[in-house]
Amino acid sequence: MSTVAETNIKPTPERGARPGASMRSRLQDALPKIVLAPSFAITVVFVYGFILWTVYLSFTNSKTFPSYAITGSRAYQRLWRWTFESDPPSSWYTSITNMGIFGFLYIFICLALGLFLAILLDQKIRGEGMLRPIYLYPMALSFIVTGVAWKWFLDPGLGLEQTLHQWGWTSFHFDWIKNKDFVIYTVVIAGVWQASGFIMAMFLAGLRGIDGEIMKAAQIDGATTFQLYRRIVIPLLRPVFLSAFIVLAHLAIKSYDLVVALTSGGPGGSAWLPSNFMYEYTFKRNEMAVGSASAVIMLMTITAIIVPYLYSELREKPR
Amino acid sequence: MSVIATPARQRTGVSARTVNRIVIYGLLALFALFYLMPLFVMLVTSFKTMEEIQNGNMLTLPQAPTFEPWAKAWGETCVGLTCAGIKGYFWNSIKMVVPAVLISTLLGALNGYVLTKWRFRGHTLVFGLMLFACFIPFQSVLLPMATILGSLGRFGVTLRNATGLSFGLGNPTVNLVFVHVVYGLGFTTLFFRNYYEAFPTELIKAAQVDGASFFQIFRRIMLPNSMPIFVVTVIYQFTNIWNDFLFASAYAGTGDAMPMTVALNNVVNTSTGVVEYNVNMAAAMIAALPTLLVYVVAGRYFVRGLMAGAVKG
Repeated sequence: MSTVAETNIKPTPERGARPGASMRSRLQDALPKIVLAPSFAITVVFVYGFILWTVYLSFTNSKTFPSYAITGSRAYQRLWRWTFESDPPSSWYTSITNMGIFGFLYIFICLALGLFLAILLDQKIRGEGMLRPIYLYPMALSFIVTGVAWKWFLDPGLGLEQTLHQWGWTSFHFDWIKNKDFVIYTVVIAGVWQASGFIMAMFLAGLRGIDGEIMKAAQIDGATTFQLYRRIVIPLLRPVFLSAFIVLAHLAIKSYDLVVALTSGGPGGSAWLPSNFMYEYTFKRNEMAVGSASAVIMLMTITAIIVPYLYSELREKPR
Repeated sequence: MSVIATPARQRTGVSARTVNRIVIYGLLALFALFYLMPLFVMLVTSFKTMEEIQNGNMLTLPQAPTFEPWAKAWGETCVGLTCAGIKGYFWNSIKMVVPAVLISTLLGALNGYVLTKWRFRGHTLVFGLMLFACFIPFQSVLLPMATILGSLGRFGVTLRNATGLSFGLGNPTVNLVFVHVVYGLGFTTLFFRNYYEAFPTELIKAAQVDGASFFQIFRRIMLPNSMPIFVVTVIYQFTNIWNDFLFASAYAGTGDAMPMTVALNNVVNTSTGVVEYNVNMAAAMIAALPTLLVYVVAGRYFVRGLMAGAVKG
């Protein structure tokens, strides 16, 4: 009891005796927080403050310039109405339908192709060191460059179609990039081309992390290669699937540049994603409130995917 | 019986294996072609004359390779109404990327240091809030930022009228540096936090006992041991900022301060006159070269950065 009291009291007279030193040490104690404070303040203001600002704008009737009188949820009501306006499709209907198609195919194909390539590369391949960078380099390119390259490649008059015609396959027809019903699939092709190599690298890292003993034991038990992968390896890769899904999902929702560079929005805006919708309505069509409302919807979609993930990731490792 | 059977089975085993290997290598080669094709087409097209492009096949090598498209893209092609090539925009990007990368990386290092070695109550929440900022669709902050940058620009004009100096306010390049630092902080903090997490805390404790201060420990102990993560972070930020299009087009979409990506998009989508595909491809190659070069030189670190950005916590 007395020991506790002693240790509790002890610092106080010291502090009282040397006020200069205590000021310094208190500053030293606060220094880490002072160093972190600007970054944190910037984040709070320019991320969270701005998000609230956007939410606020979505409840006004801002057109070309922001207006700060709350006028209710008209922007959301319009988006809601447009959601079901399929004939002729409203821009919003096109954007969210495209998001569904693009999001699903992009994520699914990238995961499948990435896993497939990783498994192939994991078969003790000679020249792996040469192949891996070839699969991965598109990730270093900007979406604009990717868009320009694929725009050329898929152009019916110049690219693939023309080439195959010259090789004698004259009935070959491939004009998706000019076709309003198919243009979104060209965005999928270019998107998969860009990201699948990276997903491959994630899976490969996952495969290399699997304990070789488990594989050997399964082989001794007479498992075929196919069974080995289906029953043992792929279930063990579950965390990689999750990370890859998160990466792809947020890339998909953020996709904007690729649509602009590859299709310039497609015929009549038929390749728009919600991000393009937001940009066009906010900056070109002077419907700022509607643009803000669509941005809020994008944010909520990403939040629904990311927050549970971050929560579990940050909580899992208490130290 | 068994003596005869065994070698026979072995022989079929070997041949099945060989077939297997051929299929695997064949598939791998096919996919390598898929990934290389667009770059190859872009590269050969950029060395062809327009005549050859119109009459020839996109996959053939240039008959008479010419550097003219590259020279034209660099120095003559039209971006909007100005026809002075993309060289100015290339430098715009450099002027934007270098400070943005340096500032965001340094701040990230300090943040990571505090968040791992000088923990306080609520450090996870602070980190979580910064981390989530990496994932937000930037559309949700685009408009307020445009408003703020606009007012800062007007304030800059007032300031210049009063004092003769605008202190960079209203300068599109400065604006973009600021924007990229703000929205890059989450990533740089994440990288350094995860790296410093594994750094032995005992060393810090020992230095503290010896009387080393906060900054001394950072400079003398953390920084000298942070080379790999600096490389990773710098490469990641460089690639991201160089390749950005959304912020660039929103805040510097017109005029002389356009970064490379916006200028390239303008070159390619110009509807006036004959479309010069070879020049377009050369311009695209020039826009891609810096990041490709980084990838070739330091691919390992590039991949590590991407992974660190993907696997959190």
